[in-house]
Amino acid sequence: MNAFKNAGHLFRVAAVFVVGGLAFVGVRALLVPTSFGQYGHYRGNAIAEIAARPVNYAGHQACEDCHTDVLEKKKSGRHAHVNCEACHGPQAKHADDPGSVQPAKLDTAVLCVRCHEANIAKPKGFPQVASADHSNGLACDTCHQPHSPAIDTGETAGVAAQETTGGTK
Amino acid sequence: MNLTRRHLLILLPAAAIAWKHVLAGTPEASPNYTMSQHWWGMLIDLPRCIGCGNCVRACQAENDVPDGYFRTWVERYHVTDYDIENPHVDSPDGGKKGFPLSKEEGGKNFFVPKLCNHCADSPCTQVCPVGATFISPDGVVLVDKTYCLGCRYCVQACPYGCRFIHPKTMTAEKCTLCYHRITKGLTTACCEACPTGARQLADLKNPNDPIHEFLKTHSVQVLKPYMATHSKVFYNGLDGSVR
Repeated sequence: MNAFKNAGHLFRVAAVFVVGGLAFVGVRALLVPTSFGQYGHYRGNAIAEIAARPVNYAGHQACEDCHTDVLEKKKSGRHAHVNCEACHGPQAKHADDPGSVQPAKLDTAVLCVRCHEANIAKPKGFPQVASADHSNGLACDTCHQPHSPAIDTGETAGVAAQETTGGTK
Repeated sequence: MNLTRRHLLILLPAAAIAWKHVLAGTPEASPNYTMSQHWWGMLIDLPRCIGCGNCVRACQAENDVPDGYFRTWVERYHVTDYDIENPHVDSPDGGKKGFPLSKEEGGKNFFVPKLCNHCADSPCTQVCPVGATFISPDGVVLVDKTYCLGCRYCVQACPYGCRFIHPKTMTAEKCTLCYHRITKGLTTACCEACPTGARQLADLKNPNDPIHEFLKTHSVQVLKPYMATHSKVFYNGLDGSVR
């Protein structure tokens, strides 16, 4: 026992380390979120938080549940594979409350050329027009119905055929 | 206020319980979704891309991406016949407003949409010093913005330039593959808005996903395969000049 006669200072240092270690463990347990490390070196609950964001685009399924007439019209046309919100924009609010939230009326002069304005980088088979000299300033929907855009009257059939095969080059 | 020792001792356990509640976070948002049953990626069918910019606009509308920053964008390539190593690339405003007519004539011209490649071995998650960015069990690289310090390591580490610092929150931002949508059974906003089907969400763990048939029957590549990031965004018809 004589060896520890003058060792009081060692016990005091040891006590400081023990208290410090306990404080570290305690504070760490308090500050590290409970879900940290649940799946890996990150906060597991972050996944659910990111998944909880609200949706802006309702998805074409939601549109088609109500607008069966438009779906029918689209089905036979060249725009059959184009989802509703590609042109009509995000409509989740309208889908949640169709009565009070009405989608804005669309301007075909802006909308059609987004896809169909001629550009050398577009795939060759894609129908393209140089809008400036295609319609003499007439709105696109004077001749083309956006939900089924091909023109099928006798006298303009030739023009329509030329456009759908990627005419103006 | 006169805070005595007695009051403090009463307050402390209450504060501890409240803090515990904060740390626990929000409960599971999509109860019908099991992470272990999915492994997400995307297919980009380049011959179908018309450079309309619908995906860029849809992404900004869906995810409140600030102006001038992009989680996805479209590049236009112009490759002259004799100089395949030096393509001319432009992406005015990320392609959000479409593309003006090309100045150059001839050569090879095409569009390339880009987004986070949701790499299975992503450099960005490996460099994060605090565990704020990670790949989820269903294969989506996400950012926990409450944990992010904004140190920009990940922005530098991404070989594809897919990350940025949000100018308001000053935390790292990136494509979440519309995680809030795919966990609800919807497709991503960009795929929903793509008029030609050039972008398709792919669940690599779902045996019925058309991606499997497509990968079997097409010459599909990823961007920068030499980076060994195991990218999960597959490009069909990718030209060798694409960086």
